[in-house]
Amino acid sequence: MQFTRVPSTMLAVAAALAAAFVTAGCGQKEEAKPQVAAVPVPAAAPEVTVRLGHVAPLTGPQAHLGKDNENGARMAVDELNARGLEIGGAKVRFELLAEDDQADPKQGTIVAQKLVDAKVNGVIGHLNSGTTIPASKLYADAGIPQISGSATNPKYTQQGFKTAFRVMANDVQQGKILGGFAVQQLAAKTVAIVDDRSAYGQGLADEFEKAAVAAGAKVATREFTTDKATDFAAILTKIKSKKPDLVFYGGMDAQGGPMAKQMKTLGLKAKFLTGDGGCTPEFIKLGGDATEGQYCSLPGVPLEKMPGGKDFGDKFTAKYGQIQLYAPYVYDAVMVAADAMKRANSVDPAVYLAEVGKTDYPGVTARIQFDALGDLKGGSISLYRVKDGKWEYVETLGGEPAAGAQEAVAEAKEAVKEAAKATGEAAKAAGEAAKEMAREGVKAGADAVKNAAEATKAAVEKK
Amino acid sequence: MSFLDRLRHSRRAALGATLFLGLLLAALPFLVGNGLGNSWLRILDFALLYIMLALGLNIVVGFAGLLDLGYIAFYAVGAYLYALLASPHFGLHLPVWAIIPAGAALAGFFGILLGAPTLRLRGDYLAIVTLGFGEIVRIFLNNLNAPLNITNGPQGISGIDPIRLGGVSLARPMEFLGFTIPSLHGYYYLFLALALLIVFVTIRLEHSRIGRAWVAIREDEIAAKACGINTRNIKLLAFAMGASFGGVAGGLFAGFQAFVSPESFSLMESIMVLCMVVLGGMGHIPGVILGGILLTVLPEIFRHGAGPVQQMLFGKVLLDPEALRMLLFGLALIVVMLYRPAGLWPSPTRRREFRGDAR
Amino acid sequence: MDILLQQIINGLVLGSIYALVALGYTMVYGIMGLINFAHGEVVMIGALVALAVIRLLADSGLPGVVVALVGLGAAAPVCMAVGFTIERVAYRPLRRAPRLAPLITAIGVSIVLQNLAMLIWGRNYHAFPPILPTSQHEVFGATITSLQVAIVLIAALMMGGLMLLVQRTRLGRAMRATAENPAIAQLMGVDINRIISLTFVIGSALAAVAGLMVSANYSIAHYYMGFILGLKAFTAAVLGGIGKLGGAMLGGILLGLIESLGAGYIGDLTGGFLGSHYQDVFAFFVLICVLVFRPSGLVGEKAAERA
Repeated sequence: MQFTRVPSTMLAVAAALAAAFVTAGCGQKEEAKPQVAAVPVPAAAPEVTVRLGHVAPLTGPQAHLGKDNENGARMAVDELNARGLEIGGAKVRFELLAEDDQADPKQGTIVAQKLVDAKVNGVIGHLNSGTTIPASKLYADAGIPQISGSATNPKYTQQGFKTAFRVMANDVQQGKILGGFAVQQLAAKTVAIVDDRSAYGQGLADEFEKAAVAAGAKVATREFTTDKATDFAAILTKIKSKKPDLVFYGGMDAQGGPMAKQMKTLGLKAKFLTGDGGCTPEFIKLGGDATEGQYCSLPGVPLEKMPGGKDFGDKFTAKYGQIQLYAPYVYDAVMVAADAMKRANSVDPAVYLAEVGKTDYPGVTARIQFDALGDLKGGSISLYRVKDGKWEYVETLGGEPAAGAQEAVAEAKEAVKEAAKATGEAAKAAGEAAKEMAREGVKAGADAVKNAAEATKAAVEKK
Repeated sequence: MSFLDRLRHSRRAALGATLFLGLLLAALPFLVGNGLGNSWLRILDFALLYIMLALGLNIVVGFAGLLDLGYIAFYAVGAYLYALLASPHFGLHLPVWAIIPAGAALAGFFGILLGAPTLRLRGDYLAIVTLGFGEIVRIFLNNLNAPLNITNGPQGISGIDPIRLGGVSLARPMEFLGFTIPSLHGYYYLFLALALLIVFVTIRLEHSRIGRAWVAIREDEIAAKACGINTRNIKLLAFAMGASFGGVAGGLFAGFQAFVSPESFSLMESIMVLCMVVLGGMGHIPGVILGGILLTVLPEIFRHGAGPVQQMLFGKVLLDPEALRMLLFGLALIVVMLYRPAGLWPSPTRRREFRGDAR
Repeated sequence: MDILLQQIINGLVLGSIYALVALGYTMVYGIMGLINFAHGEVVMIGALVALAVIRLLADSGLPGVVVALVGLGAAAPVCMAVGFTIERVAYRPLRRAPRLAPLITAIGVSIVLQNLAMLIWGRNYHAFPPILPTSQHEVFGATITSLQVAIVLIAALMMGGLMLLVQRTRLGRAMRATAENPAIAQLMGVDINRIISLTFVIGSALAAVAGLMVSANYSIAHYYMGFILGLKAFTAAVLGGIGKLGGAMLGGILLGLIESLGAGYIGDLTGGFLGSHYQDVFAFFVLICVLVFRPSGLVGEKAAERA
C-alpha cells in the first residue's frame, strides 16, 4: 500500500505543477489580449477549474473508437478554454480526466468511482452501454451529471436516474426509422438481418426487425456473427439461398466492411444497410469497391448541415485525423455540459444538473433537447449512401427538427444567437416568469426565421 | 522465515498475530477509504471477489492439478442466478441468503457437468475442453433472449437488487451507533466474511482425506488409483467445490454491480484468474491470496501512475499511458514468472519438489 | 446443391487459414510440449509488418504478387526475430519450471506484443490494399477466388514442406530426437538449444505467411486480430491432435467445415431454435465429443503430460 501512495502524491504534485503552468500561460495570454479589446482586465481574476471525466475503452479491441471519443472531448475542452468562459464571476478552465475502462463493466465501475472520488463536475461517457449502465448508478448516487455520446441501450436512461443523459438517438429510435426506410424508400420486400451479438448490434437489429415487419416486409432469415469475426462466408451463403432484397447489419464497421466485400465475392446482390456503427470511412476502406451504393445511417444531422459542423469536422481532421465515429457526439456532450453550467451560472453539479435537462443547444450533430428520461428529444436519423468511395448524404428522417429546418437554423444562426443573448440578459433581470416568456418569444422568432429560410430554400431549389 | 517459524511454535505469538491481522482487516476500509479514496476501496472489494475466485480455481488447478481455462463460467452462473432471482427481469426478489447458496449449488452442478465428460482428459486437452465449456456458457448467456427471453441476451440484466442483510441494504450508507458507514464498507465486510469462510473451508479441505487425495491425483493419477482412491469421484468433487466458490463470488458480483452482462465473463477473465493462481503460488493458499490481490491492484497502480510518472520523469507524456499500463502489466507477468517460476509464494513442499523436476 | 458446395468451399478456405496458424502451434508443441500462446500475436505482427511494406509499394506499379512477396520478405524476418526473442526471454529460462509457468509468461508476452503493436500502428483497423488478384471462378454454381485457391494450396504446401523437413532432413531428425527426449538428444550431440530456437524461428516464419494470407483474404489487419485467430487455431490443433503436423491440417479443415456447415444449417436442423450464433457452441461441442472418445485428438497417439 505504501507504493500506491507514491503515485497519488506524484499525481497531486504533477497536477499542481500543471495547474501552475497553465495558469501562468493563461495569465500571459489574457494580458496580451485586452489591448485589442482595449478594456483593462483585472490581473488577478479568480479562476476555477472544472474537471470533466471522460471514460471509454482505450485499450483492447475497441480502443480506436475510445480514442476517437476522447479526442472529441479533448477538442471541446480546448475550445472552451480558448473561449475563456466566465461562470459565476470566475474564469473557468476546463480539464479533462480521460480514463480507460477496457469496455469491461467491472473496470467501468472502478473508473467511475475514481472520478467520483476526484469530485469531477461532470462525466462524459462511457462509450459502451455495458459499462455505462453499471457506472451510471455511481454517478447518480454522487449527483454528478453524466452525458453519454454513444451508449445507445435504452435501459441506460430508463433506470430512473436524474443524472443520466445521452446526446444520441437510442437503438429503438434508430432501428425504427431504419426499418421503415428499408421497406419504403429502398423497396425491400424480404430482408435478411445480421447482428454481431453485442448489446448495440442486437438492440439495433431487433428494433429494425420489428419496424421492417410492421412496414410489411418479410424477414427471410436472421443470422448472427460476433464483434470479433472476420469471416462471414457461411452466413452470407445461407442468406444468398434465401434471396432477400436487402441485408441489414447491426454492428460495427470492422465487420460491416469485410461483410459487404464478401457479399460481392459470393455474388449476393442484395442491398446492404447498416446503422451508425458501420457509418464510417473505415467501412469503405475495408470493404473496397463492394461498398459502392450501400447505405448507412447516423443519428442527428450531417455535420455540413449543422451550424459549426463543417468547421468542427475540418478542425478535428486537422488535429486528430479522420473522425472515426462518435467524436462529434462526444464533442456535443461536453458542450451541452458547459452550456448548462453557463445557464445555471454555476459549475456545482447539484446546481447545474437541473439546467442539463432544460438544454436546448445547437450542437454539431443535432439540436439537442432532452425528454423526461434524459434521452435526445426527437432523435432524427440521417441516411447516407456510398458514391465514388465516399459517404454521400441522402436524407434525414424522423425527429422534430427536420433537415430543412436545421439548415434554416444554420442560416439564421447569427440572428438567433444574438436574440437569445439579449433575451437571456433581459430574462435574468426580469426573473423567472419573464424568462419563460422570453423563451417563447425567441422560439416564435426562430420559427419565423426558419419558415422564411425554408421558403427561400425552396425557391432556390426550384430555380 | 524465522518470524513465521516463531508463529508456528508459539501460541501467544500466533494469537497476537491473528489479533493484529484481524484488527488490520477490520480497519482497512477506513484506512484505504480515507487515505486513498473510495476508488481504492472499490478495488479492494473486487480484490476480495477475485480472491474467492482464485481460491476456487486453486482447488481444481492447484490441488487436483487439472488445468481449467473456463473457470469464469461458474462465476457467470452464480451472477446470472442472482440477477434472475432478484431483479425486475422476472419480477422475482428473493433474499440474498437464499440465492447465494443456490448459486453455489448450481455452480457446483455445472462443475460436475463439466467434469463428467472430461475425466479421461489430461493437460492441454483438458485445458481446451474447459476453455470451450466456458465459451459455451458465455455464448448461451449471450443468446438466450430468443425465442424465450431468459437472460436478456447481450443487453444484460439491469436494476438488480442490492444485497440486503437483515433488512439493511448494502447499497446505501448505513447508520450504526451514530456512525455512518458508507456502502462500500458494508460490501467490504460481507465480502471479507465470505472470503474468510472460503479460506477456512479450503484450509480444512487441504488437510483432509479429500485434500490429500487431490494432491495424490495431481502427483500421479495412476498411483493414486492404485492406492484405492476413487479418482472419478474425487476429481468430480474438485470440480464441484471449485465451481461452487465461483458461484458464490458471482452472486456477490451481481449484487454489488447491480448489472450483469455476458461481456463480464469473457475468456480473458478466466485467464486472469488462472494467472492469479499460478503467479501467487499454485496450491498454496497464502500465495493464491497474494496473487489475487496483486493482479487486481497492479493494473490500478499502473492506471494511477502511468501518466503522472512519465510527466515527472520526462516532463511530458511520451507513451500513451493506457497502452503503457497494459505493457507494464504484461511485463510484470513475464518478470515474476522468470524470477519465481513456482509463484511468488509457493508452498514450501512444492518448492522443494520443483527444484530439479523437469516435466 | 450449389449452396452446400459453396458452404464446403467456405469451410475449406476458413479451415486452411486455421491450419496455417495451427501448424505454428503444433510445430512448437511437437518439439517442446509447450503451447505457445503468443503465436497468434506473432501472426498479427506478421500481418501488420507485411501490410506496412505493401502500403509503401502499393503505388509503385509493381505487379501485386511481387509486392506481396516483398511484404512477406519483410514480415518473415521480423516475425522470426520476434519468435526467437520470445523463446529466449520467456520460455528458455523456464524449461525446467512447472508447466504452467511458461503459460503465464506466454500470456504476458501476448499482452506486451498487442500493446506494442497498438503503440506502433495505432488503434485503427487497417485496410489491406487490393493488390492480389481476386478473380472469381465458378465451380458448379459456387464461387471461389484465386486468392482463396492460393490459401488452400499454400496451407497444403506448408504442411507437406514441414513434414518433409521433419521426416527427411538432418535438422528434422534432430528435432524428433529433441521431442523424444531432450536430455538424451543432447548426449547424442544434438544442440537442443539451437534446435528449439530454430523450431521457433520456423514456426514464426509460418506465422508471417499466415498473417499475410489472412489479412489479404479479409482485407483487414488490426493489433487485436491475433487473439481470436490464435484461439481458433489452437482449438483446431487440439482437435486434430496437437503435436502432429497432419493433425493440425486435419483439425483446421475440420473446424472450418464444422463452423461453416454449422452456421449454414444449424438453424434449419433445429427448426429455428438455434441459429448461427451457436456456431462456436457447435464447434466446441464437436471438439468435446471427439476428445471424449479420442482423448488425444484425431491423429494423436499418446496422451499429453498432465498440467
